[in-house]
Amino acid sequence: MNYEAVIGLEVHVQIKTKSKMFTRVAAGYGHEENTLTDPVVLALPGALPVMNKAALDAVIKAGLLLGCEIAPVCKWDRKNYFYPDSPKNYQISQYDQPICLGGAVEIELPGPARNVMGEHKKIPLTRIHLEEDVGKLNHGASDSLVDYNRAGTPLMEIVSEPAMHTAEEAYAYLTSLRATMIYGGISDCDMEKGQLRCDANISIRPAGETRLGVKVELKNLNSISFVRDGIAHEIKRQLAVVERGGTLVQETRDYDGQTGTSQSLRSKEMAHDYRYFPDPDLMPVKVDAAWKEKLRAECPELPFAKQERFFKDYQLPYTLTSVLVWDRALADYFEETAKLSGKPQSAGNWIVNDLLRELGAAKLALSNSKVHAAHIAALVQLVDAGTILGTAAKEIFVEMFVSGGMPGVIADRRGLKAAPTDAGELEQWCRDAIAGNAKAVAEFKAGKDSAINALKGPVMKAAKGKANPKLVDETLRRLLAAT
Amino acid sequence: MSSELFHRPITELAAALESKKLSAVELTQAVVARTKAVDGRVKAFNSFDEAAALAQAAASDARRAAGQARGALDGIPIGLKDVIAVAGQPLTASSKMLAHFVSPYDATVTQKLKQAGAVLWGRLNLDEFAMGSSTENSANGPTSNPWDLTRVPGGSSGGSAAALAAGEAMATLGSDTGGSIRQPAALCGVVGLKPTYGLVSRYGLIAFASSLDQIGPFARTVEDAAIVLGAIAGHDERDSTSFQTDIPDYRAELGSRRGPWRLGVPKEYFGEGLDPEIGAAVEQTIAFYRGQGCEIKEVSLPHTRYCLDTYYVIATAEASSNLARYDGIRYGHRSKNATDAVDLYFQSRAEGFGPEVKRRIILGTYVLSSGYYDAYYLRAQKVRTLIRQDFLNAFREVDALITPTSPMPAFKIGEKADPLALYLCDIYTIGVNLAGLPGISVPCGFTRSGLPIGAQIIGQPFQEAQMLAIARTYEQAHDWHNRQPQLR
Repeated sequence: MNYEAVIGLEVHVQIKTKSKMFTRVAAGYGHEENTLTDPVVLALPGALPVMNKAALDAVIKAGLLLGCEIAPVCKWDRKNYFYPDSPKNYQISQYDQPICLGGAVEIELPGPARNVMGEHKKIPLTRIHLEEDVGKLNHGASDSLVDYNRAGTPLMEIVSEPAMHTAEEAYAYLTSLRATMIYGGISDCDMEKGQLRCDANISIRPAGETRLGVKVELKNLNSISFVRDGIAHEIKRQLAVVERGGTLVQETRDYDGQTGTSQSLRSKEMAHDYRYFPDPDLMPVKVDAAWKEKLRAECPELPFAKQERFFKDYQLPYTLTSVLVWDRALADYFEETAKLSGKPQSAGNWIVNDLLRELGAAKLALSNSKVHAAHIAALVQLVDAGTILGTAAKEIFVEMFVSGGMPGVIADRRGLKAAPTDAGELEQWCRDAIAGNAKAVAEFKAGKDSAINALKGPVMKAAKGKANPKLVDETLRRLLAAT
Repeated sequence: MSSELFHRPITELAAALESKKLSAVELTQAVVARTKAVDGRVKAFNSFDEAAALAQAAASDARRAAGQARGALDGIPIGLKDVIAVAGQPLTASSKMLAHFVSPYDATVTQKLKQAGAVLWGRLNLDEFAMGSSTENSANGPTSNPWDLTRVPGGSSGGSAAALAAGEAMATLGSDTGGSIRQPAALCGVVGLKPTYGLVSRYGLIAFASSLDQIGPFARTVEDAAIVLGAIAGHDERDSTSFQTDIPDYRAELGSRRGPWRLGVPKEYFGEGLDPEIGAAVEQTIAFYRGQGCEIKEVSLPHTRYCLDTYYVIATAEASSNLARYDGIRYGHRSKNATDAVDLYFQSRAEGFGPEVKRRIILGTYVLSSGYYDAYYLRAQKVRTLIRQDFLNAFREVDALITPTSPMPAFKIGEKADPLALYLCDIYTIGVNLAGLPGISVPCGFTRSGLPIGAQIIGQPFQEAQMLAIARTYEQAHDWHNRQPQLR
């Protein structure tokens, strides 16, 4: 029997705000334990929450970017449960009226070849709601310590419909969702810092069946690759259970990305009753049209739209766009370079092939690069004018990357510019080449255009590699035509 | 000044301080001495910090000497119910759970009183976590009623009412969730005011039921209450439920607002269960207003009979969640008998909370449970809307309502062992909380056995100035408020 996997993702994204969700104390990562706290974070007697409007702005923006319907009122509920990482022993969240409903994440699946665009799909969303993060438990041998620095950080939960069927789709979903959040300035989505966390609900069912199978919740998927690997592993595991005649049980499993294995955390959901009710400490907040429009105006162009525009405006090939558009800063950098140089494709090639390679080797972020758009634009123009040869340009780039010097200056200093050759001298070298290569000349005359390259070698050799190749080409053709 | 400084209203004391016939240190010393002399019998205080109070009094005198006195409350000792946070002072809610807790921060009302120059004096006893009507549910033992030490002072702000009546503070703050200011005020013969929900910030008030709780003053006179209210009212950005509204000069408004008013008498508040002596005293109060030219109208609040049930669903639901934070993890009582993390919750809460608190947490947990939410909590919220509408309908015809504050005078300590019997103490006060209205209890007589009786005036939302003026009119023509208890 053929089986189909059904996957739904629950993604938590920390919102990048200066202060916490319901109090003014700073939000942040990597601080000394329990220093980002105040009476509200610690749930001291008498402390009250006050909503951080910047966090609500951010989640509305996320909703607008993903095509969600924005609720007319932001309403707060309490989710009651006891756990030491939850200072109030209830979490302020949104239960029956999430701030965003519906919407979708557009994804691109891998194409048939690396340089061919893959199929696009829209994965529908169920909802997005806003809540507060909890603290962190650090388990020791004999005790457990709690760090409340993370507690109260604005957090949104993005719930997809169970509408994905492969690990690749889930991977593409997270990639696209993360880019959207980063583009919108909503979160940095650093999974290592817990700014983006993902749980996957996975089931399998016979092909053609419309009901959902027994659901397994996979936790601890703490990198996007682990999400893909974990889901692939879980689908395989479920198929294996069914194939050997076993029965799947509803459970929560923990995936270990290092070993590529998973183990059951608890079978069946514990019958939690969260006793949701509207939080009487917080008034519902009206979200009117003007508010939404103001945020809509701040929404940036998203990667897929940008890609379309890059095809149209710059005639870039897919391979370049597929690298450039997923990083907003890189895409902006490209556009600036394209404008300054007037040669979008060359600019794109330098950025994607050379700049990214050097940044990667040096483990540098684009924002720390000494090579700016103006550097690459200047280089592109020098090469285009024939002032610098391709091989020299590569050398110049490497030095420019290290020193931040302008390419023309580096070329001058290192004598890498094509020599401003004496026309008479160049002509003499060309005549010598023609005279000494009868075979190539004959081939050229017989119509084999590439035979001219055999003549360029000796000329360049005579010029010690510094002749302007454009000029060499022109001179050779002129002389050949005359013989 | 007479030797009984501690029975004078703030208005007189402020004048004496202003004219330098009295210093804040002298006044505070008198209150400290009085407290030390009588609190062994009254037991209104959970704790006090004499040195801190005297330092504040000295600072007040220094301000005044420098010509920088801050108004009527500068140098006046004011006691706080032990659910209102004062930085560096204990904050216990009269619970074993918080027996050793010291607040690191000030409530907004505390800050406001400090800004007004008041001398913060003592932590006043209450029913544990403000749950009760007699101040018997206290981990520190019951407070006594100064008019009869064998009787309760009412509750839950019984310590605040008793301390004031006994001359152990010049005014006090309490909190009122279902009558916890007005009922003890009535039982102790003082003025007690519950403001409109949202008028006074709840930041720093230990929450019992967030949608019902309000902080308010106890005072010897209506004018004193107006002064204290003026000092603590106003929008606070740290409390999302506090209202953006201009705060009038309540004291000044007392002089400028004169009747006659249209007063409503809700017929549902004079039925079965009302002590006849109280009924008679309130009828005489109504007659007084009629004599003043006020139009007296019988009105109906038809959903009154649902108030108690509605209240005990909503208040306990909110409390069950509000009190979840007391778990022994970050602060508060932590059991030494726990075997693991889950057991730590069970044991700490089992040991830390008293029986009435547990009863309400269990009830509140139940009404919020899946499958019961719609039948209890949601329905109670709907009834609450109807109850509020009853009041608003009545206010189309009248300016304010007048009712008894409590159906019974102070009862004997230990007399009401059945929790349900105690819940009935609040039948005339709970509706005001459910509707979010202001209410004030003013002394309006004594029973034959010498126990105080209070009349309640219920005002329209944010019309405290009018409510105070109506109360003042009565007070000026009577001298119940000038009587002093004998502490026997």
